[in-house]
Amino acid sequence: MFDREKIKKTAAAKETWEKGMVAKALSRSKERFEEFVNTSGIKVDRLYTPVDLADFDYESSLGFPGEFPFTRGVQPTMYRGRFWTMRQYAGFATAEESNKRYKYLLEQGQTGLSVAFDLPTQIGYDSDDEIAQGEIGKVGVAIDSLADMEILFNGIPLDKVSTSMTINAPASILLAMYIAVAEKQGVTADKLNGTIQNDILKEYAARGTYIFPPEPSMRLITNIFEFCSQNVPNWNTISISGYHIREAGSTAAQEIAFTLADGIAYVEAAIKAGMNVDDFAGRLSFFFNSYNDLFEEVAKFRAARRLWAKIMKERFKAKDPRSMMLRFHTQTGGSTLTAQQPDNNIIRVTIQTLAAVLGGTQSLHTNSKDEALCLPTEDSVRIALRTQQIVAYESGVCDTVDPLAGSYYVESLTNALEKKAMDYIEKIDSLGGAVKAIEQGYIQKEIADSSYAYQKEIESGKRVVVGLNKFQIKEKPVEDLLRVDPIVGETQIKKLKAMKASRDNVAVKSKLEALCQAAQGDGNLMPYILDAVRVYATEGEICNVLREVFGEYRPVEIL
Amino acid sequence: MTEKRIRVLVAKPGLDGHDRGAKVIARALRDAGMEVIYSGLRQTPEQIAAAAVQEDVDVVAMSLLSGAHNHLFPKVVQLLKEKGMDDVLVVGGGVIPDSDIPFLKEKGVSEIFTPGTPTSTVIEFIKNNVKKAVL
Repeated sequence: MFDREKIKKTAAAKETWEKGMVAKALSRSKERFEEFVNTSGIKVDRLYTPVDLADFDYESSLGFPGEFPFTRGVQPTMYRGRFWTMRQYAGFATAEESNKRYKYLLEQGQTGLSVAFDLPTQIGYDSDDEIAQGEIGKVGVAIDSLADMEILFNGIPLDKVSTSMTINAPASILLAMYIAVAEKQGVTADKLNGTIQNDILKEYAARGTYIFPPEPSMRLITNIFEFCSQNVPNWNTISISGYHIREAGSTAAQEIAFTLADGIAYVEAAIKAGMNVDDFAGRLSFFFNSYNDLFEEVAKFRAARRLWAKIMKERFKAKDPRSMMLRFHTQTGGSTLTAQQPDNNIIRVTIQTLAAVLGGTQSLHTNSKDEALCLPTEDSVRIALRTQQIVAYESGVCDTVDPLAGSYYVESLTNALEKKAMDYIEKIDSLGGAVKAIEQGYIQKEIADSSYAYQKEIESGKRVVVGLNKFQIKEKPVEDLLRVDPIVGETQIKKLKAMKASRDNVAVKSKLEALCQAAQGDGNLMPYILDAVRVYATEGEICNVLREVFGEYRPVEIL
Repeated sequence: MTEKRIRVLVAKPGLDGHDRGAKVIARALRDAGMEVIYSGLRQTPEQIAAAAVQEDVDVVAMSLLSGAHNHLFPKVVQLLKEKGMDDVLVVGGGVIPDSDIPFLKEKGVSEIFTPGTPTSTVIEFIKNNVKKAVL
């Protein structure tokens, strides 16, 4: 990008500046820290100049938006054509309540739905299971069968919205229910748009809602890839998630590294199952976090995009450019929010929104200010959505593509993060890949170390969190928090019992038996799951069949 | 005389898989010289109480972010009592609204630590309130 001779001159001039101006300033007053280091452990210099980008080649490092290596974005015009999808994750209590919240959010200008399921649903237990008691409808909506799913999407035309479902271990079942609801609305599967998270590896490493051991879990995932490539072509079959890795305490560099390492494992599994890389790779999507260090985050998104493009092209020999594009959803960092002075969270979320947008996200969820206290209220969700709309419509950052490109700092940081992530990926390769690295507890240990280091920085005051360890005030408890009525659990169990009494139980039994047989073989399980769902077999019943055949995962506990 | 170290069971009751806080607390307590046993995820109240008996702990520290605390925390306290472990100090933490704290304390949870609590506060509380005779 720069002339060699000019670089030399600049380097010399910088040295003079450091020895003169800077030394003089330092002798008068010291800098705030001896050394400035970001969360990824990368040293941040006082000043970035062309010298830091001496070997930078525009064409190969950046290129043009919509072209390899996609550093500047996956679409040629980015937000000049259309903003990202504004997608607030929501769901609580019953299907009826959640259906109301979705309609409210669509009226407020949200452009995609994002379904949060309660923990029993995420782990494959029906609401009447003993283990589900106390958790029904708490962190998301309780879905036991197709009957609940019909209520959840009642009056929402599934050919018009795109729906993201945060579901992993039982993703195949919830996707089957979505397809079945669409059928009832007269919408064929090829018209459906949306995403299932379906990323089991990060569950073992960071989020904890696993059911089966890795091998059958990977089979279910590749079954979905294959089924969707033939029947639900516009569906994003997986959202490979760094979000939870970061929430569990990783650094930004680890977030890229562990996410892409998981991505590599999925691509390898699908190729091993006999699929052609270009038949499924275009439907892989990603999910990242956005924290407060604006430039580190922007660089993270750009580095992840470039690194994935190279991995797909060089390692997996993908030919279709779509296979090389890292498309991603972003959520602002839930764990960065404080219970202290919750209004301050609106400002944090704004910075994180800017980072996601300057980093080129395809869709975004902004957290609500009260999330360190409870589930968000309607008012706080609206403010969070308005934050996105203000950045989109008022800030001007969407009017040109990748506006921070060429910044000496941002490009240096993008290079450094890419390098750091690649080092981790090589380490994981040497351990035998992401599945093996997780089984050995390597990834969990790295995350736990970073999270503890971060906490110690906060407690020592080295890292300032406004309102938490500095600028505290005496506060009154926050009122008007959203509460899920405990009666929800009982109501849900009653509904489930009534549904079971009215369905064709002979059909349910025969479909579950067919699924059991199929699970013991090696064919694609999606058609069997879809058959079972259509006759109102419950999620718990289907998971129990699979638990019988596959067994359950027993984690290694790493402290 | 050898000093007996405080034994703590750090437990994740219910189905919630967010264990960042539990793991940070576990490490901090260990760094503060306590013996720490971590239960791992998805423990039923029965499993937690059984582990507390088996490990003969002085403290049970539970972490929960799913909102099921009013159901699960009191259950653990009750089961500990039934097993004759009245002298175990029980504390809890996580995303727990202030308005739930009086109820939980009434049910026998000695203290609730909400987000943003420094680990040093938890360590101090345990050291000052551990009920069993720690020589």
